[in-house]
Amino acid sequence: MSYAQLIGDWQALVVLFVAGVIPNQMWRMLGLWFGGGIDEGSELLVWVRAVATAILAGVIAQIVVQPPGALASVPDALRYGAVAAGLVVFLLTRRSIFAGVVTGEVFMLAGKWWLG
Amino acid sequence: MALPPLDSPQWNSPWRAFAWGLRSVTQTILTIVLFATYLGIGALAHDTHFSLLWALCSTLFVWAGPAQIILITTLGSGATIIQSAIAVTVSAIRLFPMVVSVLPLMRTPTTRRRELFFAAHLTAVTLWVECHRFLPQVPRERRIAFVNGLGFGLVSVCLCANTVGFFLAANLTQTLGAAILMLTPLSFLFSTARNSREAADVVALALGVLLYPLAAKMNSGLDILVSGLVAGTIAYGVHWWREVRA
Repeated sequence: MSYAQLIGDWQALVVLFVAGVIPNQMWRMLGLWFGGGIDEGSELLVWVRAVATAILAGVIAQIVVQPPGALASVPDALRYGAVAAGLVVFLLTRRSIFAGVVTGEVFMLAGKWWLG
Repeated sequence: MALPPLDSPQWNSPWRAFAWGLRSVTQTILTIVLFATYLGIGALAHDTHFSLLWALCSTLFVWAGPAQIILITTLGSGATIIQSAIAVTVSAIRLFPMVVSVLPLMRTPTTRRRELFFAAHLTAVTLWVECHRFLPQVPRERRIAFVNGLGFGLVSVCLCANTVGFFLAANLTQTLGAAILMLTPLSFLFSTARNSREAADVVALALGVLLYPLAAKMNSGLDILVSGLVAGTIAYGVHWWREVRA
């Protein structure tokens, strides 16, 4: 491991803050700022929460539909099948996150092994 | 490990409450999911030629798995800083209602805003899910200390995972790498589904997943924002309709 691999240059850290930290953190700070003033049951917040949930759903779908890195090596049907299998077990186990995640992973790995 | 009863003297000191929060890291299966996810992020950072320090800073200061994966993959594939920033900020909108809904769980009438700063920073899917589970067992005046301890523990686990992943990157097989990357959509989907209380939450989640591939066909670069606004607004309509009928 070299110095460049461990520490890198300061420009990359500036990019991290401009492209990553600030665009991400502003939403938390807005939440902290407005949090006191917004009634948790207000209609505006119900709408904002619904949109935020749907956006998160979009992020989930994006990773499955347009997979990053090594995930792209898994055939489409296996990725969709893994999510579906996990969802079925999640519902059958009365919403166990662990059972759902493990089933999805096992489905994908077993499928990959079976396909060779 | 069970948390002490609400009237136990264990809760008298904020530092004890912080320690109980820290120890609660061992009481959730999501810690293992986070460890594996951040192992993957460390390996992804290595393969995309970011430094270890860069990966650790992104975990410490961004502290949101999808945002970090999006940041690394967009910058790595040659997107401009502006394009990456837009993709990150769209994925982060969820943090706003999450912070708004989680902070009232730990606020008292005398709490100042700056006391909630770290709790707001630490809020992400895992903490949001676990706050709803743990906080009813914690006395209200000790909840901020407890959440700071829990968050500090989770961040520490993820910093270790980043480091391990960074050094293992060259040895990770493609199958293992794929399995780790698959953890994020699975754990996010089921965590969010589990915390869905109202019909509107379920509709938003299901429609958001189904509409994304359609929105992606438009190739506008704002696909997730478009599908999210449409699905979220329909979900709000469902909520409104049920309220009117009730």
